[in-house]
Amino acid sequence: MNREEIILAIQDIIKTIAPDEDVSNLKTDVRLRDQIELDSMDFLDIVMELRKRYGVQVPEDDYKELATLDGCVAYLGPKMQGKSLKVGV
Amino acid sequence: MTADRYDALVIGAGMSGLAAGIRLAQFGRRVAILERHALWGGLNSFYKRGGRRFDSGLHALTNFARPESKTAPLSRVLRQLRLRFDDLHLGEQGRSRLHLADVRLDFSNDFALLEAEVARAFPAQRTQFASFVRAVREAEPFTTVDPSASGRAFLREHLTDEDLVEALMLPLCWYGSAREGDVDAYQAIILFRAIFLEGLARPRGGIKPLLDLLVARYKAEGGELRTHHGVESVLRDSRGAARGVRLDSGDELLSDRILSSAGYVETRNLCGESSAPADQGRLSFVETQRVLSQPSASIGALHTLVFFSDSLRPAWRRPEEPVDLSNGVIACSDNYAGNEIAPRGLMRVTCLANPETWCAYDEAEYRTQKDRWEDAICAAAAPYAADPRPLTTQVDCFTPRTITHYTGHTGGTVYGSPRKRLDGDSGVPNVHLIGTDQGFVGIVGALMSGISIANRHALVAQ
Ligand SMILES: Cc1cc2nc3c(=O)[nH]c(=O)nc-3n(C[C@H](O)[C@H](O)[C@H](O)COP(=O)(O)OP(=O)(O)OC[C@H]3O[C@@H](n4cnc5c(N)ncnc54)[C@H](O)[C@@H]3O)c2cc1C
Repeated sequence: MNREEIILAIQDIIKTIAPDEDVSNLKTDVRLRDQIELDSMDFLDIVMELRKRYGVQVPEDDYKELATLDGCVAYLGPKMQGKSLKVGV
Repeated sequence: MTADRYDALVIGAGMSGLAAGIRLAQFGRRVAILERHALWGGLNSFYKRGGRRFDSGLHALTNFARPESKTAPLSRVLRQLRLRFDDLHLGEQGRSRLHLADVRLDFSNDFALLEAEVARAFPAQRTQFASFVRAVREAEPFTTVDPSASGRAFLREHLTDEDLVEALMLPLCWYGSAREGDVDAYQAIILFRAIFLEGLARPRGGIKPLLDLLVARYKAEGGELRTHHGVESVLRDSRGAARGVRLDSGDELLSDRILSSAGYVETRNLCGESSAPADQGRLSFVETQRVLSQPSASIGALHTLVFFSDSLRPAWRRPEEPVDLSNGVIACSDNYAGNEIAPRGLMRVTCLANPETWCAYDEAEYRTQKDRWEDAICAAAAPYAADPRPLTTQVDCFTPRTITHYTGHTGGTVYGSPRKRLDGDSGVPNVHLIGTDQGFVGIVGALMSGISIANRHALVAQ
């Protein structure tokens, strides 16, 4: 998965968790929490969806790596290599 | 003997068990909810009598919040369970009242009403009340408040008029205190927000549509709901850790994650462990519901809820007599917006009861006492709302004995053990408490409890 696809993957997960949020205009270098209302419970859901959809494991100590979309791309890039995007599941 | 292996087993299909089940099933865990009874819902369930569906305990869904308020507990619960606000079909309360002797304070889902009422009835407490409310809004009940601190002491830090303190204490005790004579300070903060700052509503159609939504969500995610499946005991390995359960049928199910909503004392009993006498809750209720031939408001019961007391110092404790008629709660369900009850009325009255007395009666005496006290409760409530008796078309009443029978809570407790385990620790490895005895009460509280313990102990720590 390339950068665009990872961003799409995360946006789609956020849409599943918080259907009312507009995810199309998220800035990639600003903390997700500062742009949309996400608490630590929602954050856990991002991690759980990554595992469910892509089989990607994120240990608790690494949650902070996912704070921004850029962070997601950097951290998930290697783990999502060769996987295909699943949206709307 | 068959043995089946699960990622997690949930004891009890009440609000907390259903919520925990949804969370686990949603993320692909193999999970079964085991419920001893034929129906789900636990303390907040439903049953049919004389062709009419009754709710077992629905006064109000506290924590009412519109979907825009994304950080409100109700919104967070809905997000975690992936339910839509509109699917709840909530109707808001009209006006409700705190009525202690000659003190009357009205409130609604518009908090300004209570502020105005306090200013009217206790003009000297105006600024104190504002400072109290600010403290409630700003507090972090789970991190900065000592879990055993007194709620009354917290109110007294800000309010100097004892009559006002007691008036505010009454609904806080009634909607969630397992502690006699007081309410935990952190609970007082949560409950004040849930009742006054957030608000009260009722799902259209009562509790069943809400339970249907939860069960459908759970099953859609592949969760197994097994009614008539009582857990007889928890199986433990040589180190004492749980490894599964034995059912009433003798069958065994295996799992090293057990989430139990049976209660602290009850769960420890299932594990073969004792608990301290101080862990056993002492508070129980008698509640009567009366279906009226016309709306409550037409006979002068204008409020949605009335918390009443004949004195300014209501006693929140187990009474000596079978029922304490001196204080209680009246709920007129047909005074919620958009309800389905009209053109009938539905009035419900709840009072504190002595569980030992109610459980000791033989069957004939039980019937006699139940009829006698049911009538006395209606008479006691009449001056605060209206007398439902002349217009009644149907009556149903439950006692501590009913609660014990249908929920397995020893002593008929509703708010469980006075010593809560906020971390869900049952003292037995692999067994985690959810629901009432984890420390969250009420519908939204119990849902939140199931969610947070499932997240912490079965999803993160996988
Ligand atoms: C009269 C009354 C009125 C109420 N009114 C309101 C209200 O208006 N608003 C509100 O928010 N809250 C109200 N409540 C409180 C609310 O119902 C509870 O706080 C909440 O439902 C508790 O949920 P729970 O999941 O913790 O436990 P429970 O609902 O008690 O669920 C536990 C379940 O576990 C099952 N179980 C126990 N032992 C076993 C076993 N060994 N094997 C299998 N199953 C077992 C029981 O059968 C039960 O179904 C009321 C309660 C009562 C009794």
